[in-house]
Amino acid sequence: MSEALLIKDKEIAVPGEIIAQGMGFVPNKGVFRDGDVLVASKLGMVSVEGKVVKLIPLSGKYIPKAEDKIICQMTDVLLTGWRVDTNSPYSAVLNLKDATNEFVARGADLTQYFALGDWIVCKVTNVTSQKLVDISTRGPGLHKLQGGRMVEVNAYKVPRIIGKDASMISLIKNATGCEIIVGQNGLVWLHGAPSQELIAAEAIKKIEAEAHLPGLTDRMVDFLKQKTGKTPTMNEQHQTTEGSES
Amino acid sequence: MAYAKRFDGRKFDELRPITAKVGIIPRADGSAMFQIGKTTAYAAVYGPRDLHPKFMQNPQTGILRCNYNMMPFSGHGERVRPGGSRRSKEINMVMEKALIPVLDLKDYPNSVVDVFVELPQTDAGTRCAGITAAAMALADAGLEMKDLVAAVAVGKVGDKVVSDLIYDEEAYEEEGGATDIPVAVLPRTGEITLLQLDGGISPSDLKKALELAQVKCREIYEIQKKALKQKFVVKA
Repeated sequence: MSEALLIKDKEIAVPGEIIAQGMGFVPNKGVFRDGDVLVASKLGMVSVEGKVVKLIPLSGKYIPKAEDKIICQMTDVLLTGWRVDTNSPYSAVLNLKDATNEFVARGADLTQYFALGDWIVCKVTNVTSQKLVDISTRGPGLHKLQGGRMVEVNAYKVPRIIGKDASMISLIKNATGCEIIVGQNGLVWLHGAPSQELIAAEAIKKIEAEAHLPGLTDRMVDFLKQKTGKTPTMNEQHQTTEGSES
Repeated sequence: MAYAKRFDGRKFDELRPITAKVGIIPRADGSAMFQIGKTTAYAAVYGPRDLHPKFMQNPQTGILRCNYNMMPFSGHGERVRPGGSRRSKEINMVMEKALIPVLDLKDYPNSVVDVFVELPQTDAGTRCAGITAAAMALADAGLEMKDLVAAVAVGKVGDKVVSDLIYDEEAYEEEGGATDIPVAVLPRTGEITLLQLDGGISPSDLKKALELAQVKCREIYEIQKKALKQKFVVKA
């Protein structure tokens, strides 16, 4: 059988759809081989690099992964720590020794550190095969979140929201003057003037909706210019507040 | 008198008019609508998510849970009694079994994927419409799937092999009556994941009906595919 790419780069493939024919192509994430054809195993955008064919997922739940920086909410206080909601199918445990340097006496009231309903930025330290998740709030930029507002987006759109070298997020930060923290689990925390927070939230929702379309940065510059009345810049670098881009 | 013309004027191997739409329920992780004639199915997928009660959890893999519901005003005349019934319990089971072969939930131990199928209006073929909508909703939820699932009812009315029966045809009583065979097919490989039979049919007619089901499911698959891609088309 001759070699042919049936779905081109940047086009949408649905599960079970044949993307390419022939043994010359190599399947990667989201693609599997069946005989001499490559088949999509989820809904996503086809990405072809040389002979390697992969799918960029467009939807799906966040699954915790070690070293991810995520935003979580306290759901329960345990004997020596907290149970937190990670916006994924699996809750995580924040152990007391991963939360504070202080000495805490046995039986002390843990809610003086984190109360139920508190939001935190934390790092996933370990995930087991059965998806038991450990997190830590010790490290640069990891702390409790006070005030501000939360925006929920799809976890697979997070790399687009951050942008290459955090370009997209610093664009919004500079335009609105908000402090923004993006968790890999799809929660985005905004803090600034209320009117600016609303613009930032709208901008993030717009990126989520148009993440798979080209020319996004230009459209966002126009959008922010129209909303804030000034031309945003994107040269400034922020180091601590973004999660890593995958 | 033989069954010479279908009650709604269709050809014997013709489907009713179909509309399909993906992403209609914003709060769900994945959702779809599938309408075939007067039968409308809405499917919403939630998860993978935490599963309770805990004894239902499977540490080896995530599980799939289907919930089929005909709305009280949806039926043919009589009000449908709300809540689960023996019939809906069976359909939950066959829907799960029709969908699970394409899913791989090994990466989500102890969790559940919930599929809710609601039918606001029905005119036969509800489990097939439900499976077809659920397959689109599962794909929309970003789950790992090796194929979509398309389903249609085929069967026999009088002496004719037909596809996509309506309620009036299922109730046909002359010349041996009607036979209803809901079939779900994986369109790429042609594998069958749902096959039920209500009525009587000769082996040669059954073979003809199943061949027809394969062709019709592929037609439905093309509509599913188009609906899924339509979600990502730029709105002008």
